[in-house]
Amino acid sequence: MVPLEHVIGLSGLLFVIGTIGALTRRNLIVILMSIELMLNAANLAFVGFARAWGQHDGHIFVLMVIVVAACEVAVGLGIVVALFRNRESVNVEDVSLLKW
Amino acid sequence: MTAQAFFFYFAAALAVVSALGMVLNFRNTVAAAMSLVVTMIGLAIVYVVLEAHLVAALQIMVYAGAIVVVFLFVVMLLNLRSDTFHPARQRLLKAAGALLALGLTAAFLSLMPTALPTVQELPEGFGGYRAVGLALFTRFLLAFEVSSLLLLAAMVGAVVLAKRRID
Repeated sequence: MVPLEHVIGLSGLLFVIGTIGALTRRNLIVILMSIELMLNAANLAFVGFARAWGQHDGHIFVLMVIVVAACEVAVGLGIVVALFRNRESVNVEDVSLLKW
Repeated sequence: MTAQAFFFYFAAALAVVSALGMVLNFRNTVAAAMSLVVTMIGLAIVYVVLEAHLVAALQIMVYAGAIVVVFLFVVMLLNLRSDTFHPARQRLLKAAGALLALGLTAAFLSLMPTALPTVQELPEGFGGYRAVGLALFTRFLLAFEVSSLLLLAAMVGAVVLAKRRID
C-alpha cells in the first residue's frame, strides 16, 4: 500500500485547491464546483483512514457525503437558476446584499 | 515501484492537475466542468488503489455521471459557456485566500507525522459491495434511511426553487 501520509497529503492538497477556488472565483457555478472538490478531498481522507484501520466506517461516511453533495448540488443549482432569472447574472458580486 | 504505487501517483497527479485546471480556468465554464470530471476519475482510481471498490464505482456513477452532468446542464441552460467575469480585483481577498491556503498547509504538515495510525491488515473482501452493504444495512441503517429523507427534501426544494412562479 502507498504510505498513508501521501494519501492524506493528496487530500489536503485538493482541499486547499478547492478552498482557493471557492474564495477567489466570482462565478457562482465554479464556486459550487470548488465546494464539490473540497468534499471530495474529505472523502479521500475518509477512504485513506478506512484502508489504514481496515474498517468500513469510512466508506459508509463517504456514501453519506456523496448523498449530501448530490442534495447540495440540486438545491444550489436550483438557487443559481432562480438567481439568473431574477438578476441575469451568476456573479457573486451582484448578490452581495447579505455580505456584512 | 509496484503497480499500486504507479497507479496511485499517476492518478494523484491527474487529479491535482485537473483540479488546478478547474479552479484556474477563467475562460470556459464547460471546460472547467470537464476538468472536474477528470479529477473525479483520478480520485476513483485512487479509491481502487485504496481497496474501496464500491466507493470507486459510486464515485464514477454519481459524480462523473450525475453531478457534473447537472452542472453542465445548468451552464448550457443559462448560456454561460464563455465566462466573462474576471477574478476578484481586491488585493485583500487574494492575500487572505493565499494566507489561508498557506496556513492550512503549514498546520497540516506540522500535525501529520504524529497523528496517523499504523496500517492494519485487511479482512477478506474489504471494500466490496458485500462487506460495505452489510455495514450499511445493519450498523448504519438509520443513517441510510435518514439520507433518503434528505434526498426527498432536496428534490422538492430544487423543484420549488427552480420553478418560475410559485402558485
